[in-house]
Amino acid sequence: MRPSNEPFFWAIFSAGGMIVAFLLPVLVIITGFLVPAEVVEFRQLDNLFGNWLVRLVVFGVAFFSFFHAAHRIRHTLKDVGLRRIATPLAVVCYLAALAGTVWAAIVVL
Amino acid sequence: MTSEATAARTVTLEVFRYHPERDEEPSFQSYEVPYREEWVVLDALNWLKDEVDGTLSYRWSCRMGVCGSCGMMVNGLPRLTCNAFLREFLPGPIRVEPLRGFPVERDMVTVLDDFMGKLTEVKPWIIREQEQPVEEGEYRQTPSQLADFKQFSMCINCMLCYAACPVYEHEEEFIGPAALALAQRYNLDSRDQGNEQRQRLIWSDEGIWDCTFVGECSAVCPKNVDPAGAIQQAKVEATNSFFLSFLPFTPPGMGR
Repeated sequence: MRPSNEPFFWAIFSAGGMIVAFLLPVLVIITGFLVPAEVVEFRQLDNLFGNWLVRLVVFGVAFFSFFHAAHRIRHTLKDVGLRRIATPLAVVCYLAALAGTVWAAIVVL
Repeated sequence: MTSEATAARTVTLEVFRYHPERDEEPSFQSYEVPYREEWVVLDALNWLKDEVDGTLSYRWSCRMGVCGSCGMMVNGLPRLTCNAFLREFLPGPIRVEPLRGFPVERDMVTVLDDFMGKLTEVKPWIIREQEQPVEEGEYRQTPSQLADFKQFSMCINCMLCYAACPVYEHEEEFIGPAALALAQRYNLDSRDQGNEQRQRLIWSDEGIWDCTFVGECSAVCPKNVDPAGAIQQAKVEATNSFFLSFLPFTPPGMGR
């Protein structure tokens, strides 16, 4: 019985779950509602983005969210019957998360 | 309760029938059974076996939710038939099937070998590196040490959690909820020293990592054990240990 490599992905997944639960709703409210409603000025947000630490945090949120989603989608698809192609499925899911992360890096950092 | 059902005083049971040596494939047989408010599905089955069809086969023993032998699918959900009241399913029909995910031996009797094997594999007993002599007395435990594992020790091995688990249904190597919860029960016991012996199996792909945290095991448990929670706890421990294994030293308090 070989040891599992799952702890690595599960750690990112569970960290992602925590981050998604706490930060994503806040970000959605700020960028999706408060800015369009002009409660928060876009300029304020833009200034905030000048700070490298803020950009790093936003990038972190994106990274963890992508890998959280990839892991969840991978296991849900396995559950609904794609068990036979579990390995290629995992590769596709995590590559998609990686692509999203690279995209986030280009846009944010 | 609907008034029609009370008036009719019977309820229809659609019972799964399969005798492998006689039948090509399983079928359902409908029976009218008397409706009584205090009857559970098991009472209706016992009435059928006594009064109508003696060939009907199913397991049962205590009829009070302790022995764990009368688990069946009732209207598609795993239930102990001794605590599934007919009145919950009015006006019927009530469909009774063997537990999902297990091979059928005959009617509602399933083959338990796979589960029994896995149960033994996780070593659900107290393991000591060295037994202390009897003169030294019992292994003492504080109430909070007991509380760490007590809920997991309530398991009656009824296998409803296996029937509810979508992973076990498709992947028979999966050790499954009850066995993993019992492994965790002993791992959490302050008297036990068998953690390392259980780890290889529990922390493998066939162990906790096959679980996709659907959580149905905990939803159907008649004893309110939380196998999904036990598996999550074990995942955290396995993950900590995985990352700590890259360190050149063991941080204080982390060695087990």
